[in-house]
Amino acid sequence: MIKALSWITKDTKIDFMGARKFTYTLSIAMVVLSFIVIAVKGFNYGIDFSGGILMEVKSENQIDLEKVRSELSQLNIGEVNLQTIGDSGQEIMIRAQAKNMDEKEQMAAINEIKSLLGADMEFRRIELVGPQVGDELKIAGVVASLIAMLGISLYIWFRFEWQFAIGALVGLFHDIITTVGLLSLFGFDFSLTTVAAILTLAGYSVNDTVVTYDRIRENLRKYKKMPQIELLNKSINDIFSRTLLTGVTTLLASVALLIWGGETLRSFSFVIVWGVIVGTYSSIYVSGGMLNLFDLRAKGKEEDINPFGKVE
Amino acid sequence: MYKLSRTRIAIIIAICLLGVFYALPNILPNKDSLPKWWQPVNLGLDLQGGSNLLLEVKIDDVIKERMSSIEDSVRQVLRENRIRYQGLRAGEDKVNVKIDNANSRSKAISAFRKIDTDLNVAEGDDGSIEISYSDIALNNLKRKVVEQSIEIVRRRIDELGTKEPVIQSQGDDRIVVQLPGLQNPEYVKTLLGKTAKMAFHMVDSSSTAADARRGRLSANSKLVQGEAGETYVVSRKPVVSGENLVDAQVSFQEGQPVVSFKFNSFGGKKFGEATKNNIGERLAIVLDNEVISAPTIQSAILGGSGVITGNFTMESANDLALLLRSGALPAPLEVLEERTVGAGLGADSIAQGEMACVIGLIAVIIFMIAAYGLFGVFTTVTVLLNLVLMLGALSFMGATLTLPGIAGIILTIGMAVDSNVLIFERMREEVNNGRSTKDAAETGFREAWATILDSNLTTLVAAFVLFYFGTGPVRGFAVTLTIGIATSMFTSVTVTRVIISTWISKCKPTRLPI
Repeated sequence: MIKALSWITKDTKIDFMGARKFTYTLSIAMVVLSFIVIAVKGFNYGIDFSGGILMEVKSENQIDLEKVRSELSQLNIGEVNLQTIGDSGQEIMIRAQAKNMDEKEQMAAINEIKSLLGADMEFRRIELVGPQVGDELKIAGVVASLIAMLGISLYIWFRFEWQFAIGALVGLFHDIITTVGLLSLFGFDFSLTTVAAILTLAGYSVNDTVVTYDRIRENLRKYKKMPQIELLNKSINDIFSRTLLTGVTTLLASVALLIWGGETLRSFSFVIVWGVIVGTYSSIYVSGGMLNLFDLRAKGKEEDINPFGKVE
Repeated sequence: MYKLSRTRIAIIIAICLLGVFYALPNILPNKDSLPKWWQPVNLGLDLQGGSNLLLEVKIDDVIKERMSSIEDSVRQVLRENRIRYQGLRAGEDKVNVKIDNANSRSKAISAFRKIDTDLNVAEGDDGSIEISYSDIALNNLKRKVVEQSIEIVRRRIDELGTKEPVIQSQGDDRIVVQLPGLQNPEYVKTLLGKTAKMAFHMVDSSSTAADARRGRLSANSKLVQGEAGETYVVSRKPVVSGENLVDAQVSFQEGQPVVSFKFNSFGGKKFGEATKNNIGERLAIVLDNEVISAPTIQSAILGGSGVITGNFTMESANDLALLLRSGALPAPLEVLEERTVGAGLGADSIAQGEMACVIGLIAVIIFMIAAYGLFGVFTTVTVLLNLVLMLGALSFMGATLTLPGIAGIILTIGMAVDSNVLIFERMREEVNNGRSTKDAAETGFREAWATILDSNLTTLVAAFVLFYFGTGPVRGFAVTLTIGIATSMFTSVTVTRVIISTWISKCKPTRLPI
């Protein structure tokens, strides 16, 4: 009775690799579509990267969005983006990219908005990022993502053979591009916190891949004669219950975060939720499937390639 | 051996208790009375509310100013030595001059080198000379300016009585100011926006502003604007500068707020001499290149103290006194980034985080028990313990918990289960392979360990990169992620092992319930 879900922890014999032609096409299509969406729609950069002003204000009364919008449009601060927060209608977010404004002008703009909205408003958040800092953060975000990808691949290269490192890297690339594509498609805020979520996703996805690879390596040693495609299938099935269990628990935690974690963490939790799904998929079909392109038994002497030797 | 010795079990239990002990302040009702080493976790500005300012020290302005004073020295040197020159000009970071006569040129160059040993004097082909700071001198100057600026910023902010402000340098020329609890940083920005360089100059009564505008200005005088836009002609060299002030306070004169000040002995002497020799003349009080007032000297002021009169309100007199007391900034500051979060929003964020944490926790526990039964209950113990240990470690280390940090904790709840699952699944396989209960448990732990280590280390790579490149809240996330990885490996490997080995030796199960 209590173990209502114990069926998860049973052995499976699913022909994962049988669907590989379909999933290859699916993965390539998703990556290509992501690139197209990004090229067409671009990103909804938060002020971390674009520079600008962000304010969250709360009022005792209903806020008339249209009235605020028309009032703000009279201030000479360029395009202003308004958005309600929550369902109460008493809280709004004001965002202005304040293009071509330097820090002093941005500061003046904040004061103008403040005096325009009046004193009975509660200013819950005021952020100002000057154009200079915005550009720097953009570079830092890109560099951080690249270094994380490089570091993770290096680690896998040391622990496994180079074929595995390539497989993991392609899987990682697949996950990051499709995530970023979705962010662009839905117009989610792209901020520093989003980058943090993407790197966490990278960590999770590779974590999953490593567990798969560990088993593949183990089975390569155990079953010297088994055909490669069969061996991949068996390895994935061996750990499938684990993949499912860990995926679901992480998903449960991140969905809780998405629903109850509040507005500020919305795009963060979205990335994680999607990341768990795509990360699980890609460790089977992208990073796992990729290995079938190589002859994993070609040399057999892994000590020659692996600088750390065997790690038990 | 899979069964742990008594000593090791004792150490494991001690670590757990220590974690509980350090996590405890977070739920105690009366946090203020706790000793300094036993405190709840620090909350980031995004959770407790407060203001974060990133300031840039405009060092270029200082260098430019130095160059213009070097230009003056160069002119003086050339005049003293009666050397003919042309095109003397101070740029952003260098001074150029051209001397055609080769003999005078070499004489001038050696004289220039004596102005300041930090100067590079380079000779061009066509008789031109370029004077600039050497790279080392420039770096030293920058470092000194930033250090001094931090000191002055600290003094000004301390005057405001904000609790626990954090003021530190970032990069080459930036200062981060964190002001917990401050909701409205406008006043701070105004205070930090003034360099507050003050000096007393004699008003040059021999020429009027109108004369000066027609170009009849003595080399020893300069023009300075007054507060109301009027123009004063004052001595180029100050009589005394604000550096010699030791105190400044607001006081009243005929019902008007004024700022009374006190000089150190050097400043007092200079001030005394100047006032004694110039009775009847006017003395201009100049702040940041603007004349505040220019009273006529009635009598010699020998005591080393005096008052600044002017068109003050109570507030502006207060501000001026504060600025003079804390000293002048060596360079202007500019706000590059500001992030202010109200206490209300911070509290809401914490409440939402707690909510998501509790719901996530319950969901994961229900799921694990539904999937594993008794072993799911074991997992529940380790998940809860992991949460406590994380909180304990964060509090012990004095780390700062931010909103993304809370997200990191919630994620860890989900991900930490992974190690347990890896171990349990391994055990199940071993049972299926026909191993005995004890054997299966032992092999399960051993075989799963390498995988657990590998998978956690890759996440650690991402966390380290985030820590290195991230600032503020993102860095807080990296910290909780790293701590979460460490504590979860401890709880789900070590603690689980203690629980399962104790369970096996006490209950002697014939088969593992997985």
